[in-house]
Amino acid sequence: MNDMTDESRKPGDPERREFLGKVTGAVAGAGVAAACWPFVRSMYPAADILEKGTSTIKLGNIAPGEMKTVAWQGKPVFVLHRTDEQAERMMHSEGGNKDPQSDEQRVQKPDWLVVVGLCTHLGCVPVRHSDGWSCPCHGSEFDNSGRVLKGPAPTNLMVPDYRFDDDDAIVIGEV
Amino acid sequence: MKNRLIEWIDERFPLSSFVKDNLTSYPTPRNLNYWWGFGFLAGFILVLQILTGIFLAMHYKADAGLAFESVQYIMREVNYGWLIRFLHSTGASAFFVVIYLHMARTLYYGSYRAPRELMWWSGQLLLLLIMAAAFMGYLLPWGQMSYWGAQVITNLFRATPFIGDQVVIWLRGDFSVGDATLTRFFALHYLVPFLITGFVVIHLIALHTVKSSNPSGFNLADKHNIPFHPYYTVKDLFGMAVFFILFCVVLFFYPYFFIEAENHIPADPMVTPSHIVPEWYFLPFYAILRAIPDFMGGVIAMLLSILVYGAMPYLDRSRFPGGARHRPFFRLMFYIFIIDVVVLGYVGAQPPGDTITVVGQVATFIYFSIFILLPFVSYFEDRWLIKRGLPLELQCLLDAKKCDLL
Repeated sequence: MNDMTDESRKPGDPERREFLGKVTGAVAGAGVAAACWPFVRSMYPAADILEKGTSTIKLGNIAPGEMKTVAWQGKPVFVLHRTDEQAERMMHSEGGNKDPQSDEQRVQKPDWLVVVGLCTHLGCVPVRHSDGWSCPCHGSEFDNSGRVLKGPAPTNLMVPDYRFDDDDAIVIGEV
Repeated sequence: MKNRLIEWIDERFPLSSFVKDNLTSYPTPRNLNYWWGFGFLAGFILVLQILTGIFLAMHYKADAGLAFESVQYIMREVNYGWLIRFLHSTGASAFFVVIYLHMARTLYYGSYRAPRELMWWSGQLLLLLIMAAAFMGYLLPWGQMSYWGAQVITNLFRATPFIGDQVVIWLRGDFSVGDATLTRFFALHYLVPFLITGFVVIHLIALHTVKSSNPSGFNLADKHNIPFHPYYTVKDLFGMAVFFILFCVVLFFYPYFFIEAENHIPADPMVTPSHIVPEWYFLPFYAILRAIPDFMGGVIAMLLSILVYGAMPYLDRSRFPGGARHRPFFRLMFYIFIIDVVVLGYVGAQPPGDTITVVGQVATFIYFSIFILLPFVSYFEDRWLIKRGLPLELQCLLDAKKCDLL
C-alpha cells in the first residue's frame, strides 16, 4: 500500500469518522449525565426530613367550635372541630365568587376542617373568629370552610392531604 | 446556527482563537509518554474535589458539637451522601498519588531546568497549598486522629522565634484545638482550592510559554510537534480511564483504606490516641520532623525538606538536558531518592523506637545528601561522560547543529 506517490490521499472516510464522533459524544454525554445524578439527588431532602413530612394530630382534646393550630412541614395547619351549626351553614352556602368550591369538596367528615393556615395572597397567618378567618395583612376574609370571601387572596385556603387514623387522630401529609 | 453564535462571540471575545491556540492546535512534542499525563489528571482531581467538597458542605456542620454527627448523617441519610463523601476522601489521596508521580516525572526528566523554573516553583507553591488544604480538611470530621493530628501539627508553630506561643494560640483561636479552630479551618479549607485553581492557571500560562519538555531531552524543532487534539486529548483520556479504574476499585471496595480506624471515634481532648499518625502523604515529612531530636531543628528540617526542591534548577549543574535519560549517575541518584522517600514514609508510620529512629535519621541524612551532592555529581558526571566519549545523542544535546536528527 504505497500511497506516497498518490498526491490526493483522502484522509479515511469522513462520514464514518463523523458518525463515530457523534456516537462517542452521545455516550460521553450519557456518562456525564449519569455522573451528575448523585449530586443532584443529594440535594433532595434526606430520609429523616421526609419522615417529618407527616404530622399526626390527636382529635380528642379539640372541643366542638375549637380550633387547633399544628405544625406540618414547617407550616401552620388549622384543625377546626366545627359545630353542627357551623357545618350545616357551610354545606348550604356557596362561599365566595373567586374560587367556587362546595364544602363537600373540602372536607372528608363534615365536623372536621383541615386547612393550611396561610393566606393564599402573600402567606400571612389569618386570625380566627367565629365565622372563619381574617387576614390582618391585606384584609382577606375566609369562611368556616376556608373559602375566600373577599380581599386580595386569589384562592381558598389550601386543603392538604390528610387521612383519619381511626376516629381519634388525623395524619396530615398522607392520603 | 451554532456556527453563527460562535462567530458572534468571536467578534467580541477571542473564544475560537483561544481554543485553537491553547487546546486543539496547541503544538506538543510528538514523543510524550504517559508520564506527561499526570498534570491533566491532577486538574481533573482538583475539579472532582471542589465539586464533591461543595456538595458535602451543603450538609456538613462546622461545629465541634455537631461535626462528627453531621458526617455520619451524610453517610447514612443524605441521598448518595456516602458516595460523595468517599469520592472526596479517596480523591484527596488520589490527588497526592498523582502529584507525587507528576513531580517524579519532572525530577527524572529534568523538566525543572531553564526555561521551566517558574513552572517548577509555581508547582511547588501548588504543592504547599494542596498540603494546607488536606491538613485543614482532615480536621473537619472531628475524629480522634483529626483532633490530635491538628493539635500536634499546630504545636509545631511554637518553633517561631520569640513569639512562638502566641502564634500557636493565634492560629488555633484558642489555647488548644477547639471549636474556633474547626470553624476557621472549614472556612479556609473551602477557600484554598480556589487559590489553587488560580495558581494552576498561572502554572498553565507558564507551560504554554515554554511548551512541554519531552522524554528525549532534546528541544525538538517545530516540525516534530503535533496538535494537542486529537493526539493528546485521546492519550490523556486513556490515561484517565486507567486511573479511573484503579480509583473506582478503591472507592467502591476499599473506601476505608485511607481512613484511620482511630478517626471513627469522636474527638476527645482528654485522651490522646496511643499512636498518632498523619495521612500517608505526609509520612515522609513527618519522619524527617521526628528524626531530629531538637524541636526547632526538627521543624526546620521538615520545612527544608519541602523547600529544597525549589533549588533543583541550580543544584543540577549538568549541561545535558533531559534529566536521567542519558546520565547514569543522575539516574542512580533518582532511584536512591525514590527508595529513600518510601523508607521515610514507612518510618513516619511507625511508633517511636530505638531502631526505627536510627533508620529515620539515616534516611533523612541520605535525603538531604542527595540534594547537597547533586551539584558535584552532576558536574563531574559531565566531565566523565565527555572523557569517555559522548554517544551521538549527548553530542546532539550539547550542539544541535552537529546532527541532522533535528
